[in-house]
Amino acid sequence: MKDSYDNPDERNLLDHTRQGVIGQPLDRPDGPLKVSGQAPYAAEYDRPDCAEGVLVGATISKGRVRAINRDAVLGMPGVLAVFSAPEMLRRAAQGGAGEAPMQDVRQVEFPLQPVALVVAETFEQATHAAKALKIDYDDQTGKAVLMPSPDKAEPAKDPVESGDLDAALKDAAHVVDVTYTTPGHASAAMEPHAAIAEWDGDRLTLHGSLQMVKYNVKELADSVDIPPENVRIVSAYVGGGFGSKLGISHEAVAAAVASRQLGRPVRVVMTRQQVFQAVMRRSETVQHIRLGADADGRLSALGHEAFVSNLPEESFSEPVLQATEFLYGGENRRLALNISRINRLTAGSVRAPGEAVGMPALEAAMDELAVALHLDPVELRKRNVPDEVPGQGKPYSSRKLVEALDAGARAFGWDRRMPLPCQRREGEWWIGMGMASAARVNILAKAEARVTLRADGTVLVETDQTDIGTGSYAILGQIAAEMLGQPIDRTTVHLGDSLFPQGAGSGGSWAASSTGSAVFRACEEIRAELARGLNCAPDDLQLRDGMVWVEGGEPRPVTDLMDGDIARVGRIEPGELMEKVKQATYGAFFCEVAVNAFTGETRVRRMTGAFGFGRVLNAKTARSQCLGGMVWGIGMALTEELQFDDRDGHLTNHDLAEYHVPVHRDIPEMEVLLIEERDAAASPLQAKGVGELGICGAAGAVANAIYNACGVRLRDFPMTPDKLLAELPDPFAGPT
Amino acid sequence: MKAFDYARAASLSDAVGAPACLIAGGTNLLDLMKLEVETPSALMDITRIGLNEITAEGDGLRIGALVTNAACAADPQVRQGWPLLSRAILAGASPQLRNKATTAGNLCQRTRCSYFMDNRSACNKRRPGSGCAALGGINRNHAILGTSDACIATYPGDMAVALAALDAQVKIEGPGGSRRIPLREFHRLPGDDPSRDNVLQPGEVITSVLLPAPVEGRQIYRKVRDRASYAFALVSVAAVLRIEDGTIVQAQLAFGSIAHKPWTDPRVDTLLVGERPSKALFDKAADLLLEGAQGQGGNDFKIPLARRTLAAVLAEATAE
Repeated sequence: MKDSYDNPDERNLLDHTRQGVIGQPLDRPDGPLKVSGQAPYAAEYDRPDCAEGVLVGATISKGRVRAINRDAVLGMPGVLAVFSAPEMLRRAAQGGAGEAPMQDVRQVEFPLQPVALVVAETFEQATHAAKALKIDYDDQTGKAVLMPSPDKAEPAKDPVESGDLDAALKDAAHVVDVTYTTPGHASAAMEPHAAIAEWDGDRLTLHGSLQMVKYNVKELADSVDIPPENVRIVSAYVGGGFGSKLGISHEAVAAAVASRQLGRPVRVVMTRQQVFQAVMRRSETVQHIRLGADADGRLSALGHEAFVSNLPEESFSEPVLQATEFLYGGENRRLALNISRINRLTAGSVRAPGEAVGMPALEAAMDELAVALHLDPVELRKRNVPDEVPGQGKPYSSRKLVEALDAGARAFGWDRRMPLPCQRREGEWWIGMGMASAARVNILAKAEARVTLRADGTVLVETDQTDIGTGSYAILGQIAAEMLGQPIDRTTVHLGDSLFPQGAGSGGSWAASSTGSAVFRACEEIRAELARGLNCAPDDLQLRDGMVWVEGGEPRPVTDLMDGDIARVGRIEPGELMEKVKQATYGAFFCEVAVNAFTGETRVRRMTGAFGFGRVLNAKTARSQCLGGMVWGIGMALTEELQFDDRDGHLTNHDLAEYHVPVHRDIPEMEVLLIEERDAAASPLQAKGVGELGICGAAGAVANAIYNACGVRLRDFPMTPDKLLAELPDPFAGPT
Repeated sequence: MKAFDYARAASLSDAVGAPACLIAGGTNLLDLMKLEVETPSALMDITRIGLNEITAEGDGLRIGALVTNAACAADPQVRQGWPLLSRAILAGASPQLRNKATTAGNLCQRTRCSYFMDNRSACNKRRPGSGCAALGGINRNHAILGTSDACIATYPGDMAVALAALDAQVKIEGPGGSRRIPLREFHRLPGDDPSRDNVLQPGEVITSVLLPAPVEGRQIYRKVRDRASYAFALVSVAAVLRIEDGTIVQAQLAFGSIAHKPWTDPRVDTLLVGERPSKALFDKAADLLLEGAQGQGGNDFKIPLARRTLAAVLAEATAE
């Protein structure tokens, strides 16, 4: 079998297997370990004689380290060494880099960039010495670019242009011409970045908190200049990543450098503040959106021009327009992504790069169009579902947008929405409803996994695929158990170790469908081996609870067909289908908010999401991913914002007390509908990705509900009370 | 964290006049020590010296300095007679923090100004004479009343705002004897010495907070915040209001997160008394409250927000 996935697998094999575990809402096997403290996170491995390293951040915004006064801190209790080595990173790696990111830590490009590592016997000694360390800089802060400058932006890629946008806008019956802005966001994973490095001769082992081990191995090896085969990375449990741990970052390379020099293990854990300040941010965006529609609401014109920022020479630019390219029609279009350079920490992938911020803006603008048209917002969207990707003539694979819109609207009770704002008041609160579409590109990534059907009938899955809290341990086990007809409790999954075959890694929502496909293919080979024993075609095999038979035949233990372990490595690569058809996941959000007429506080009262992402592999983990995305959407709509001081560019809200992610009280009852779907173009599992879809548009539904509640149309996320106050109607006035 | 000596006080007399930084719940102090904003060379743990009971005192109540926020909020006497206090405490922090935080410690809570906390910016509170980076910086959370050129930080807590409205007193034991001061005079305005948050002198220890007899009428704590829990107030209003025959006969108001201390303005209380509630009256009260208010850019919204929150509270308190 070719590794690349070029032709849709229409067999839907997992609909015909007999074990009955695929899709089931099974608990994650790692769950009990995590809640009882038995799952070790990167910093928790007990290495004898481990020294503790603490990173030191630059106090300038741009310039160069001239000298470090090591002697003063080397005399402090417990201090072992101070490092500011050229190998140490000044920037974290982007996802999938596979090589060392920007090194030479002494070159300062943004405030609080790590410039040195202090290592001591204890964490507290190292922390105190790190704070005492005096560094002499060639301070070029005066030359730093401290604010994003859209006027100096350059195209990040070639604009998508077709037809004549300006003319179409002129001719349109209804036009919306608006600019939305979103601030920077942080991944804010619970587990901070952490690493323990230790050397055995010229071989390096790193326990790290990382999302994509196979790339991380190369990035780390390249950083410390050793062959990748001399690096082993263990990242078995990860306390959330959301993009911030896609690439190797400051702590891992610093730990490796220090450990090599000191000849003993070194642990480096970044503080919460350092993670916020130094690792990765989502770029702020300015989005100019122009929509032109005919009297029936059919789009003829679609302009979406976005401005983002990043450090000089950084390849990543927040792909704001990713879903705008394919979601709606509008034959006259201009989609342009522009980037300006700034001395702020690296902009990179934060959960659902692109759609997370592009979709809410587009969906809020669509809401404005619906208002202009006096048209139901759901209906407006349904009228603009294109037959093929506009301007590309490319067909879509399975697409459940309309089904999600209808199912979500029904479950939510959308028909009870007041068409005009300021109609519903409960005490001090204006009540309103809003909706938005969800869309996110789907990606199949190269992956390998080894599956062993052992002589005793138990199943072992091994891959360097990580589980960042998403459910990989559960899902990969379910696929193998289903394919090989074994109960789930006879299936073991080992992940996150570079000694295993290379999975896809966790990013871009692709882990379950890609590495899952590798597991599937490994199982297919094992099934073929078993089929030979029964002289039947592999797909005629029936397997359940350790028994094997062909239709009409007598079940017998599968172990009867085996002479010992059967181990196979399954492989998948993206193929022609990635290019030939547009693959994406779709959904819809419905939200009810209350806006306080006096204070402008907004509280989400209930939210429904309906999502179609191909086959559901585990209904519980899939639902959890959707829920998590919707929670992110609420945070993005109402509270989350990186606040930089433009005078020197430093981040002022760098912890979870001041960077406000939603807390339990912000999250009401949430409903998630999983739409039945099979997308054979996406993967042999007919599954697509779900890890990011739940955020892609969610904040737009909240924004639209705010408008419906109180008539205030904010175009600057997050929609905090200070912004709403200025435009709220007289609180003593009732519904209009 | 800088290394420090640790001692445990066996009694109040060990703590009074001790040349050490006192620690009880540590929910604020430990954070600041980790950041090295606070670098005490000696800590004295006062959690084993009693002072952790709530007892009736005449018609009022004595709350020991070391009563936890959780215990105080849950106390049946507090909930019965001074529900405002209970509500204010529960509006703050998280259950975990309230289980550790103490009454006296909470009064001594320091500001959340990011320039104070970051240990590198100019800050007259942290490093007297260095300037105030919040002026012209990110100051959305900062004060609009009683500020100075030296400092625009707020006192961020909730409990003390309720105590100010209730006109509580603070009992203090010092090397030279004990004293008792109104809570409204416990916290300072920054003036030209923002390094001092309150009037405690070196060696003094808060031993209790005294609540006067309960006030008839409605007690409301309204906290406006960006998220529904675990966020400091943008503006808060504590109100004790008594209405008779449609007329306000008693009014005690206090405001949080708009000044370096829980803000009280007796003129506003006086203005309301003897009047019948109306939108015009609420506006007049707000005019008086905010006549000296000054925004710093990022926090300009607090002026209309305080006005509107006051109106909401007065409307609620005087509703039929």
